[in-house]
Amino acid sequence: MSWILVNPILIPLVTAVLAYLFRTSPAGRWISVAGTVVLLFASLILMGEVLEHGVIAGQMSNWQAPFGITLVADYLGGVMVVITAITAMATVIYTLAEIPERLERLGFHALLQVLVAAVCGAFLTGDLFNLYVWFEVMLISSFGLLVLGGSKEQLDGGIKYVTLNLVSTIMFLSGIGLLYGITGTLNMADLHLAVREVENAGLLTTIAVMFMVAFGVKAALFPLFFWLPASYHTPPVAVSAIFAGLLTKVGVYALIRSFTLIFDQDVTFTHTILLWLAVATMVTGVLGAAAMNDFRRILSFHIISQIGYMVLGLALFTPLGLVGAVFYLVHHIIVKANLFFVAGVAKRIGGSTDLSRLGGLYAHAPLLAFLFLIPAFSLAGFPPLSGFWAKYVVVKAALDLEMWFVAGASLAVGLLTIYSMTKIWGAAFWPKHPDGIKPRLGDLPAGERVALMAPIVGLAVLTCIIGLFPEPFVQFAETSAEQLLDPTAYVTTVLGVQP
Amino acid sequence: MQSLILTTATRLLVALLLVFSIYALLRGHNLPGGGFIGGLIGATGFILYVIATSVSDARSALRVDPTNIAMLGVGIAALSGIMGAFAGDPFLTGQWLFLFAAEGEKGLPLSSVLVFDVGVYLAVFGGILTLVFAMEEEI
Repeated sequence: MSWILVNPILIPLVTAVLAYLFRTSPAGRWISVAGTVVLLFASLILMGEVLEHGVIAGQMSNWQAPFGITLVADYLGGVMVVITAITAMATVIYTLAEIPERLERLGFHALLQVLVAAVCGAFLTGDLFNLYVWFEVMLISSFGLLVLGGSKEQLDGGIKYVTLNLVSTIMFLSGIGLLYGITGTLNMADLHLAVREVENAGLLTTIAVMFMVAFGVKAALFPLFFWLPASYHTPPVAVSAIFAGLLTKVGVYALIRSFTLIFDQDVTFTHTILLWLAVATMVTGVLGAAAMNDFRRILSFHIISQIGYMVLGLALFTPLGLVGAVFYLVHHIIVKANLFFVAGVAKRIGGSTDLSRLGGLYAHAPLLAFLFLIPAFSLAGFPPLSGFWAKYVVVKAALDLEMWFVAGASLAVGLLTIYSMTKIWGAAFWPKHPDGIKPRLGDLPAGERVALMAPIVGLAVLTCIIGLFPEPFVQFAETSAEQLLDPTAYVTTVLGVQP
Repeated sequence: MQSLILTTATRLLVALLLVFSIYALLRGHNLPGGGFIGGLIGATGFILYVIATSVSDARSALRVDPTNIAMLGVGIAALSGIMGAFAGDPFLTGQWLFLFAAEGEKGLPLSSVLVFDVGVYLAVFGGILTLVFAMEEEI
């Protein structure tokens, strides 16, 4: 059992080592591709086990919980690992056509694989300190990817990124120290029981808010999101795509995990803060996007606004709200990574990501235009795409609680999302290219064309499947929400005893 | 800055530090020490060498690219974890082999724990030297 849990962490790590040692030959990049394929199989096997048993846990190095490091996969953790593997595979295939040999020689693929290992580790760990370690590994490898190549613009974005994230890390570590001080354990399942015996409830709430700030920076919540739009448009497109898909979601995942499993004492206080932060995040994100004039910058601001929806689902703290949060998390990773891929192809054939320097994509690359519409409409919440169901569930959950203002705000944000998508469409796809370039997909070499388009097509198909057949996915999200709201199965599986 | 005293002393100190780092690595099993501190001490030796001579001299003395050493270390550490699979134990479980064991005699104990420590040693050693070399070259 425990090996199934370790595989998604171990496979990218071993791939990283091999890809690094072969970085000067073409073998390196193919090792990276093969690694993600194996990772996808391993994650599917893990998901199969989770579907069969509900929650599975493994004790590393045979030290029993709560003393050793526990890896746990429940429905949420399992599906996040699968989606990570899918995104990683799409990204690595995309890099085949995008990343120059110069970056490969510097160890690009190794850094990417270490990032994937860290993300999987964060989704699977059942220990707070271990989560902190994965956050650090993630920060270091993502910083490496941001500045690799070392252009001035990249360093500028990278420094902002690493500085603000270090603040979050310090906050997280202090929170862990305080929590350990009052409970004496860091195993999350054990914490679920231990916090119930803490007498000083006020101190616990304070710690909860520290965690909220720490994970809020990672998830790019209002008002802590400044690092994201400052850095995401600078690195190679494949890197922005995997960052956009996965990194902020790890923060959201950590928020969901800690504020359902550990900090569910003072819900009226903590979750009300989360609620208003979520609304503010949605609104500022979408307004920021409306003000931008660059393909990737618009998309970066949209990440922030969409994060608001997920946190809103958590903040409502009803079964339906959490269903929405889980569904949104999965849908958004697929859609957002895909939009960044499209932006990359547009840059490749049109010469820029600046909207005023783009054009003619609809006339000369209709396939790309069509493939842009699918994730763009899905992001805005058009039926029958996946985004419609995600938004629908979250808004329904808000309406059920008679929170008219919150529901109204999230609908208005959806409308503004369409506005900035049409802005991209109106500038990059409809008009003639300002420099008279004819951006044709056919002008790319055949191999590169396949490597660039295959991930986009694959992810678009996935969005359509979720949109057209939402039933099993919603059921899955429902079971996942049940597990989150009643963590008895989680706790008993990890600790091996009845609480 | 070239100092005759430093260059002369360094020739002796580097060797001493490297031997001491191996000692710290091996001692770490039951006493304070281990792969992390051992790797740091070993890296100190080469950092001293950089200060006394130059980065290019230190690179040629090391012979192998330090990033390769670091990645190899990560690989060795991961492999030591995988060893548990052959005995049907979870990841990273310590595996023991008692050579020449007899009645009431433990013999010579060999373990995957030491392999893990060696991996950590190389990862820290290579990682620190990568950073220091890069920074010294910038300056």
